[in-house]
Amino acid sequence: MSHGIVTPGRTFAERSRAALADPELQGALANLHRRLYTAGAVAETNPELRQRAASIRREVLVDLDGWLDRLEASLERVGAVVHRAATPADARTIIVGLARESGAKTVVKSKSMASEEINLGDALERAGIETVETDLGEYIVQVAGERPSHMITPAIHKTLDQVAAVLSTRATGPLPAEREPLAAWTHDHLRPAFLRAEMGISGVNFAAADTGTITIVTNEGNGRLCTTWPRIHVAVMPIEKVIPRFSDLATLLPLLTRSATGQAMSNYLSMITGPRRDGEVDGPDELHVVFLDNNRRALVGTAYEDMLACIRCGACLNVCPVYRRVSGHAYDSVYSGPMGKVLTPLLSRGAEGRDLPHASTLCGACTEVCPVGIPLADMLVRLRGDLSAPGPLVPAPISTRSSPRAEPGRRRLAGEGYPTRAAAAAIATPGARRRGALSISHLGFATWSRVWASPTGYRMTAALGRRIAGRTTGGWRHGLVGTSGWAATRDLPLPAPRTFRRRWAERGRNGDVGRGTDSW
Amino acid sequence: MEHPSGDADGAKSRGGDARGGPAVALFVTCVVDQLAPDVGVAAVRLLEAAGVRVEFPTGQTCCGQPASNAGEPEAAARLARHMIEVFAPYDAVVAPSGSCAAMVHHNYERLLTGSDRERARRLTAKTFELCQYLVGELGVTDLGARLDATVTVHDACHGLRNLGLGEAPRELLTAAGATLAPLADSETCCGFGGAFSVEYGDIAAALADDKLSHASATGADFLVSGDVACLLHLEGRRRRTGTGPRPIHIAELLARGLPTTTGAADSEIAGHVGGPGTSRDSGGSGR
Repeated sequence: MSHGIVTPGRTFAERSRAALADPELQGALANLHRRLYTAGAVAETNPELRQRAASIRREVLVDLDGWLDRLEASLERVGAVVHRAATPADARTIIVGLARESGAKTVVKSKSMASEEINLGDALERAGIETVETDLGEYIVQVAGERPSHMITPAIHKTLDQVAAVLSTRATGPLPAEREPLAAWTHDHLRPAFLRAEMGISGVNFAAADTGTITIVTNEGNGRLCTTWPRIHVAVMPIEKVIPRFSDLATLLPLLTRSATGQAMSNYLSMITGPRRDGEVDGPDELHVVFLDNNRRALVGTAYEDMLACIRCGACLNVCPVYRRVSGHAYDSVYSGPMGKVLTPLLSRGAEGRDLPHASTLCGACTEVCPVGIPLADMLVRLRGDLSAPGPLVPAPISTRSSPRAEPGRRRLAGEGYPTRAAAAAIATPGARRRGALSISHLGFATWSRVWASPTGYRMTAALGRRIAGRTTGGWRHGLVGTSGWAATRDLPLPAPRTFRRRWAERGRNGDVGRGTDSW
Repeated sequence: MEHPSGDADGAKSRGGDARGGPAVALFVTCVVDQLAPDVGVAAVRLLEAAGVRVEFPTGQTCCGQPASNAGEPEAAARLARHMIEVFAPYDAVVAPSGSCAAMVHHNYERLLTGSDRERARRLTAKTFELCQYLVGELGVTDLGARLDATVTVHDACHGLRNLGLGEAPRELLTAAGATLAPLADSETCCGFGGAFSVEYGDIAAALADDKLSHASATGADFLVSGDVACLLHLEGRRRRTGTGPRPIHIAELLARGLPTTTGAADSEIAGHVGGPGTSRDSGGSGR
């Protein structure tokens, strides 16, 4: 169990059972899942916007390294310093180093999943640097000693009573379990931290390669304080956040906010182009941007490449029936929900979250709602196969790469016409399975498919199964040996007395008598 | 070696109808064949009521979805090739399952390569879910069935998202005179999910409870859907909790409303999904 994960258990199955049995968690989720669901559904409103956004994100992936070079040049041109971190450890070393060099004693943080990914808060605290989360939800989970359970609404797993109890531990007396007083208390309580912090840390929602502009979307204004008041601003940027053009924000920003919270635009939108320049009043003296790879570049050119198109809106979490029932801590990973099930094993090369791709009904709600067209359900299926053999996950390259297309008779606009690759790619990558790395499940399916590719094999094994199931009386059983996975919670259907094919054959033998009647 | 399509030629003469309506091959699915054959019988009755000549290629087995969902594309492709072979001689293939029809539509082309991929494309173009075929292809909504019942419809995931079934099931039910009660979160998964329902039985049951309690709140007599596996999961749960109206396959319910020619019951399985006489056949807590 990782630090800060409150739902106990070694596997997703164990943690999800604990989550289902936690009445306070279930109460918190029941209060909020309808609102979140609605927010996710808003993304369906403009298919053209989605298509265009999907294409812009694919345009980046066609030449990720090139766009990063262009972004780096633009950032340096406007006075920012770029650091490249291959691993989370590299990123931590860079950022803790920057804090030490500048003599920072206090760091204020704006909400950033990338900083969670590299476990930055712990690293700074270990270095003796006070680190204060300033997003309300993030602050709640920080005080509680937990991790965010949702990438947009980090404390959504807590009831109002629980939030009041958590925040009261930092107050002079018990705080009331009411929204506005709790928010007001936090606002006043955090203000001195902004004032004393020497360094502010943020994430990056989008970074435009042409202008070197970093865009940060927040609803509480804390992001703007973190990036303007302290002397140094450090932005942690997973490399796929680069976008080609500043003008692409017109497409991507409204899609992000609609998909995330149902808002047409977030309350705050910070566009940062370099540190404070001579003659300017606001802004930090230094702006550092840390490019974080963490195995992302290795995904380019594989069937998982599309995962790098993700804009972290959280819509797939909001519509996921599993997520909505078990909440984020059941995933025991930084990223939860459908995108977390895909991203966690990919970023860790299979070291983490190997069971996550199986924890899906494959209902496809995530794929349907994704504003940038990531085929999440298909990726879960592919991961099931690629993770079935032990060892590190090394996705095989896929060959197809089509050029951008425009509709006939229409000029292609910038960022338009870049196709999604994974959805079109073959499910089977010939030779992708590592030699000698065969699982029992793989051998089982290989055998089963050979037998059932023959009608005789199908009939014989089905007849055998019917015999084992108890001489085929039909109806339901409370359980059978070996069926506890199903029968612990549901009665078990038994095979019908006569199969359809037998009834069809008997109807045929009765000639015309059976046809057109309802009694065969 | 056995011909892959089994005794398909024999089957053609069996269900044959000299009246010359369109002919379809019924892809009954392995789940219906083994666990809920009444649904297959009902599908045949509905298709025949719509003037369709139904054939049943007996070489058919399984679409391969269990292997595909497990991330075993080679095994799934083997069954996909078999399906393509079995149904090659027919002009249209109709399945009483959105999920199995969606397996063909969503996955076959990508599972196969070379000339098999082209054949997969041809099978996909002629494969339909039952309601999709009746409403979308034939343009028939009134099959002559008459239902005096209030029903609520669960949009099973793969038919909804991979086939785009839309309102076809509701149109058929409305045309039969059924009263539709809107189901809250009708597009949310029931929790079945194949192997998921065994590996993660607790979540599956929790999601079934959500579905059944939403259905119960509608006051409907039946919880109607188009996939037997989902319905068996829901009924299995309902038999433990007693909550919710009876889950029933849309073909089964519509066929019940067809005029009978013999007066005999069309089911022989007491208590099965789709079969009358379930022990909890009270219409659930909605009544």
